[in-house]
Amino acid sequence: MDLSAINPAVLIASLMVAAVPIMLAATGELVVEKAGVLNLGVEGMMIMGAVCGLAIAVEAESPVLGFVAAAAGGAALSLIFAFLTQVLLANQVATGLALTLFGLGLSSLIGQGYVGIKPPPTPRLDFGPLTDIPVLGTILFRHDPVVYLSVLIIAAVWALLKFTRAGLILRAVGENHDAAHALGYKVQRIRLAAILFGGAMAGLGGAYISLVRVPQWTDGITAGAGWIALAIVVFASWKPWRILLGAYLFGGITVLQLNLQAAGARIPIEYLSMSPYLITILVLVIMSADRGRAALNAPAALGRNFHASR
Amino acid sequence: MTGTGEVLLRIEGLTKAYPGVVANSDVSFAVAPGEVHALLGENGAGKSTLVKMIYGLVKPDSGTMTLRGAAYAPSKPGVARQQGVAMVFQHFSLFEALNVAENVALGMQNPPGMRTLASRIRQVSQDYGLPLDPDRLVGDLSAGERQRVEIIRCLLQDPKLLIMDEPTSVLTPQEVDILFQTLRQLSAEGTAILYISHKLEEIRALCDAATILRRGKVVATCTPREKSARDLAEMMVGETLTPPARSAKAKGAVALEVSGLSVPSPNPFGTSLKNIGFSVQKGEILGIAGVAGNGQDELLLALSGEVRTARDRIRINGEGCGDAGPNERRRAGLVAAPEERLGHAAAPDMSLTENALLSGAVRKGLVSRGFIDWAATRAFAGQIVDGFDVRTPGIWVAARALSGGNLQKFVVGRELSQAPTVVVVNQPTWGVDASAAAAIRQALIDRAAEGAAVVVISQDLDELLEITDRFAALNGGRLTEPRPTQGLTVEEIGLMMGGAHGMEVAHHVHP
Amino acid sequence: MFILEKRPTPSRFWMAATPILAVILTMIAGGLMFAILGKDPFVAIRTIFWDPLFDPQFASYSRPQLLVKAGPLILIAIGLSLGFRAGIWNIGAEGQYIMGAIFGAAAGLAFYPSENRLIFPLMVAAGAFGGWVWAMIPAILRTRFRTNEILVSLLLVYVAQSLLASMALGALRSPDGGGFPGSRNLSQWATSANPELIVGTGMHWGVVTAFIAVIASYILLQRHILGFQIRLAGEAPRAARFAGVNPNRLVVLCLGVSGALAGLAGLFEVTGPAGQISIDFNSGYGFTAIIVAFLGRLNPIGILLAGLLMALTYIGGELAQFMLGLPSAAIQAFQGMLLFFLLAVDMLGNYRIRLGFGRAA
Repeated sequence: MDLSAINPAVLIASLMVAAVPIMLAATGELVVEKAGVLNLGVEGMMIMGAVCGLAIAVEAESPVLGFVAAAAGGAALSLIFAFLTQVLLANQVATGLALTLFGLGLSSLIGQGYVGIKPPPTPRLDFGPLTDIPVLGTILFRHDPVVYLSVLIIAAVWALLKFTRAGLILRAVGENHDAAHALGYKVQRIRLAAILFGGAMAGLGGAYISLVRVPQWTDGITAGAGWIALAIVVFASWKPWRILLGAYLFGGITVLQLNLQAAGARIPIEYLSMSPYLITILVLVIMSADRGRAALNAPAALGRNFHASR
Repeated sequence: MTGTGEVLLRIEGLTKAYPGVVANSDVSFAVAPGEVHALLGENGAGKSTLVKMIYGLVKPDSGTMTLRGAAYAPSKPGVARQQGVAMVFQHFSLFEALNVAENVALGMQNPPGMRTLASRIRQVSQDYGLPLDPDRLVGDLSAGERQRVEIIRCLLQDPKLLIMDEPTSVLTPQEVDILFQTLRQLSAEGTAILYISHKLEEIRALCDAATILRRGKVVATCTPREKSARDLAEMMVGETLTPPARSAKAKGAVALEVSGLSVPSPNPFGTSLKNIGFSVQKGEILGIAGVAGNGQDELLLALSGEVRTARDRIRINGEGCGDAGPNERRRAGLVAAPEERLGHAAAPDMSLTENALLSGAVRKGLVSRGFIDWAATRAFAGQIVDGFDVRTPGIWVAARALSGGNLQKFVVGRELSQAPTVVVVNQPTWGVDASAAAAIRQALIDRAAEGAAVVVISQDLDELLEITDRFAALNGGRLTEPRPTQGLTVEEIGLMMGGAHGMEVAHHVHP
Repeated sequence: MFILEKRPTPSRFWMAATPILAVILTMIAGGLMFAILGKDPFVAIRTIFWDPLFDPQFASYSRPQLLVKAGPLILIAIGLSLGFRAGIWNIGAEGQYIMGAIFGAAAGLAFYPSENRLIFPLMVAAGAFGGWVWAMIPAILRTRFRTNEILVSLLLVYVAQSLLASMALGALRSPDGGGFPGSRNLSQWATSANPELIVGTGMHWGVVTAFIAVIASYILLQRHILGFQIRLAGEAPRAARFAGVNPNRLVVLCLGVSGALAGLAGLFEVTGPAGQISIDFNSGYGFTAIIVAFLGRLNPIGILLAGLLMALTYIGGELAQFMLGLPSAAIQAFQGMLLFFLLAVDMLGNYRIRLGFGRAA
């Protein structure tokens, strides 16, 4: 195998790209979980975003509209989840699974007409001469806008949760919904907003796969990215900046194993391609083995439904 | 302060009905500025619903409220707060993983920036003798300190009316004195206080007027200082209560022995037990007092076997049982009834029959070779329902359908019906109406008279003084040396419970 | 606006009626979806739910298929239902199904071309073992490290799929296959075949096992203390500890049983209807079984009926694809929709709906 073919700068640049879908979806899910809701339908919302984004981008010949449609598609699917869990008090785990199963089916239905069609390319952001800086230019200044957007969103979520009253209320609802209700906060409405945000972010993440990473439509295109995003939230201990770290870590593993495949490593392809999942499991184990910290950071009301009693 | 004719809050004909129960029916009374007004009533008399309507959490079906002469109908707590009505809750309004300042901010309409808020918290807490550090996590605070957070949250809004729901249930007698000083100071400054309680002596000591509720209706309005505690009790309960009967009997051998018991709490914000030791003889009732959150839950878990420890730390009838699980301990003769009825002592959605099986399987022989004898289980459930006067349409109903008092009778009855030699109960009459509470206390006394060793963990001092032979207190996870209950003064009890918990000094010492 | 009001005691009527209501609602919504796709909704619904059983032309082929498809679904769903009741979420049955097939097939192929009669029982045991081992990974990680079993079991599906590909291309590839991926055909090797037991019924050993699992699970849940503990742990975990239930033991038990049953389903599939280990051997039974478990209200008899119904949508879906050109993905969406409607009406058992303008929750 020829490892010299792997250029570190290109590797870093491409791991940043590979990390985007997971990063977006995980950031959305972090906000949802901070509000005390466990939405396991990330995979379903991502793939809905992927297919909606591709379809609209192709029809409108505009990647931007594609991303907007993807966010709308993901949010629309999450609205079903919100209605079932917040209004009808359905079990969150089961509803999240339903969302994934339904999303996989519906996306494949919508995607039929788009198999093999290339979406319009998403242009890079033009940084002028910065692009030509050796190494740094490759790593930092040759990406499309979504790469930067995803980092900005993490910063925004971090600031929102840490410094604003809205963030404080969101955390309070996820911590103890009975107390929040007693103080007069609208638990269901706040959770609905969080769920919709999570859906939109997952949709964006999915669209990044179908519009930039792959870029075309195949059934099951997200290939477990939604589940990895869920794992990243645990890895990040519900802290926004650690999402960035986690996503880059997994982006790195994905890119590395792809590079190894391309470089003709002696390890069979099947074993290389299962490695991101195995490493996700390993990281989950390491994070959850540390009881005290995980228990303190996890929102206390996570996964519990709220019903105002008398 | 009263009698000036000026009225701050007037309530007329408030009615609120829930399906199957009328919580409030045609309730009227008035509160003057600066008045400390008691709302007195048993559990389930409708006090909570009434104040929730005043605080805007619940909308009345009919009736009117006026505040300072203007119509007052808060649509949500925020509106109530804006108009100068603040409330200190008994439960459910603090966030453990957030710090004091954040908790305070969440209860305010337009909080200032965090830094300003922190300095205002320090200021107010000093003015009223309620020391509090704005940067600490609420989860790390004692129950008394948590209440201070709630009070300061209210005081920062300059309330005209302060509602306090059972505020002394989490305080030692010394802390109660300090709280009363604060409340009197507020009252002198013109803040009216609506004080909810069922503790009669407190109301006589503090309040200017009292409205007494029974089954949702106002049954009397009076000046509590002019009435005896007995008069108030009869107005509140509507019948004359006979105190439980006890007969002095010789004690038997030691049935439960605990020594050097130290257990870390299974909960992130719980209290670990530290070197606890005591023993209980057959026929004896040991009372364990303490303010909420000082290790009561952990002690029950350690005794029931849900949390295990070294074998010799706990001996039942001389047999080392510290490493045994709940069912092995039941086999050895120990039964337990945890505080939380729904979800811990009983499964809410399961029938009474299934709940009878839950802890009765071992001692009643309801399971053979793994297969359940449902006929025997139904018979056992029926026996509990009949023997303890559990009011229920049948043994098939879900546990959650029973009222608090009835479910508690079922839970205590289930444990006492198993001919145990050691009984451990935590808060046996919490949130239970007076007649059910009396029945439960009598059942515990009877069981002791039949030769069981009984441990009653309770935050209700009156209850402990009434039924126990010896008395100890939990404080920060440590247990005091048990002393004979007879002859203990309130002062001594307060000191056993930790005195004022350093309320005069600036910082709570957290072990 | 409407508000939900908790019933004092769960309603038995609605517990039984909700799945039926959900099916009706799904047919309406599904009909709408088919109409949007340009198909006559009534014809589509009839083709899916009626024709496979009663159409003179197709019924003779479709009827046996009902048991063939329902067998693995029921077998897997029964195992999952135990865990779901206890609040233990094994959603990686698809992976355990694959591993069961791989282990079982490998155990058999090791003796090829022997004709020893003990080989098939050995394969069955190996299949159950394969599923069990795969489920023990999340079980042990949860009990030892408190790792979330939902994520681990699901991620292991992707690992199992990669392993399946590697087996089909490598270790288990048929030496006589001319280099094409895929193992020897197990259903054509008498020693390892899992044939139709009664001609024209579709009944094979997997279906028999599924029926046995239904009965065993029914007895377990109704009469055995273990079944009671499983229900208790799901409904009130703290009460379960108080009752002396060891939560870790329950995790190992529930995941183990569901893994072993999924592994068995995989083994019976690979030796029967599927015939061989191939890259795309798994067809989503492990996921559909989740729907079956919920549709059956986690009740063994309910699961039996739900499994048959879900099998019908598979067969009917294929028929509709053939007859009306209805895309197969539409059936997948239809099945997902069914789960939604089920969850949506599920609260009727525990809550009453009151219309009117009450206080906002």
